[in-house]
Amino acid sequence: MHPAPSLIVFTTLSGLGFGLMVFLGLFGAHGAEAGSVPMIYSALALALAGIGLMASAAHLKRPERAWRAFSQWRSSWLSREGVLAVTTLVVFALYAALWSFGAGRPAGLGALAALLALATVGCTAMIYAQLRTVPRWAHWSTPALFVALALAGGAMLAGETETAGVLLLIGFALQVLHWRRGDGAFAASGSDIGTATGLGAFGAPRQFEAPHTGASYLTQEMIHVVGRRRSAALRRVAAALGYLVPALVFLTLEAWPLKHTVAGLAVLLHVAGVMASRWLFFAEAEHVVGLYYDRRAA
Amino acid sequence: MTSLPAEPAVKLGLVIDLDTCVGCRACVVSCKEWNTGGQGAPLSDADAYGDPVGAFLNRVHSYEVAREDKAPFLAHFPRSCLHCDDAPCVTVCPTGASYKRAEDGIVLVNEDHCMGCGLCAWACPYGAREMDPVAGVMKKCTLCVDRVYNETLAEEDRVPACVRACPAGARHFGDLNDPGSDVSRLSAARGGMELMPEQGTRPVNRYLPPRAKDEAVFDLVALAAAPETADPAAGSSAASSGAPAGALGWLDAALAKLG
Repeated sequence: MHPAPSLIVFTTLSGLGFGLMVFLGLFGAHGAEAGSVPMIYSALALALAGIGLMASAAHLKRPERAWRAFSQWRSSWLSREGVLAVTTLVVFALYAALWSFGAGRPAGLGALAALLALATVGCTAMIYAQLRTVPRWAHWSTPALFVALALAGGAMLAGETETAGVLLLIGFALQVLHWRRGDGAFAASGSDIGTATGLGAFGAPRQFEAPHTGASYLTQEMIHVVGRRRSAALRRVAAALGYLVPALVFLTLEAWPLKHTVAGLAVLLHVAGVMASRWLFFAEAEHVVGLYYDRRAA
Repeated sequence: MTSLPAEPAVKLGLVIDLDTCVGCRACVVSCKEWNTGGQGAPLSDADAYGDPVGAFLNRVHSYEVAREDKAPFLAHFPRSCLHCDDAPCVTVCPTGASYKRAEDGIVLVNEDHCMGCGLCAWACPYGAREMDPVAGVMKKCTLCVDRVYNETLAEEDRVPACVRACPAGARHFGDLNDPGSDVSRLSAARGGMELMPEQGTRPVNRYLPPRAKDEAVFDLVALAAAPETADPAAGSSAASSGAPAGALGWLDAALAKLG
């Protein structure tokens, strides 16, 4: 699949923002009852989620019609995500306002915002996990990985250092599982050029002549093969930056000088690593339509 | 509404004969012509004189099928929307632009509601949907819904443009839910195939498999390897002596005399 920058930015940043909302909603921020501490934390969460959602709109060809996406929540995960994302932003903003300017943290409203934020990340992941056409994505480990990453990033930003370290290690395990399982997913899906054309019953089909000489929407969007040959190196980068280095830092943070600076750098490394992981999530994903073009193993 | 309707009583669709398709692309051209110049919105191309990209609702692939101990054969393969009963492209649509008609099962896009997110094209295993590069909305085969019910057209033209254009008679249109319809009987007689049944989409369109052209007449590979045994007309005495029979035998003997 084509690794669109808008989708990589969207899923990474909105995951971080909603993950931060989960921790702020459930646990507050180090006992702060009002004032600038809740305000700054909440503004960061809202900004990350908001920037992410705006990036997702950049992926639309007709963004002026995006409001229609709130209508089909009965059947569509993308619609559910839209409804939940906006609801979460509204509920969390209300919670943040009451918390910052009011008397004490409204814990019930915070728990509701946390639940909504978690559900939003789950819906984002289900947009991908529901697609049988992309065997690498169609598995429970996709939503599990998205949720784990959102929670790990949220815990890092919220300053829940030990929780963050543990969540990063859980995320790493899920990431390795997602990669390993994903590598064999296409072969295990049962779809091949024979079932795609029906000609498999008569022999071994291969493409003799393509239907068009140039590119098409299908070849550009779903038969993206550029850069897969670097995937092994990029996986190591994603594993180190996204999970292992930040986990090490957060689990040993008490021992570090300049704790806040070190933690901040670890968060930046984590974001870079998650973006590398998300790039691979799209670039390594193979769509069964590639079978018609006999262009899988490029 | 992107929930699927109850099982339609009529399921309009195509039966495509891979045995008779000659790969001429007349269906591709007539589809493009009707859908860009007909009654619907244009089906656009971009950068026609540079690096062209265009939306098509029908594409024709060609495959070579290798077989053990037999010559490979070539099959031309038109690919378009299969108007699935369990169309995943419909249920993933967030705006309600994608829908399946309850009355005849045709899957359509309301181009005034589509926001161009592309998720329906991701959900389709068959590559049936392409984004219009100019309009920024998703395009797909309409089964020429603006022809098949169009009473201003002559009756013989009330079929999809691809079916009307096919010079080989390889494309057939009708109600695949009616077991007595021409298309259903044709599909039943020829062993009509579903594409990628493992994807669980329950496609309506059927593909008729290529017939075994070379088995009833003669086997090319066997003929090349052992000419005398492959020809059923050759006598058994000639086969046992190792010399071809009939006119070939005479020619063989004459050439032998010439040394």
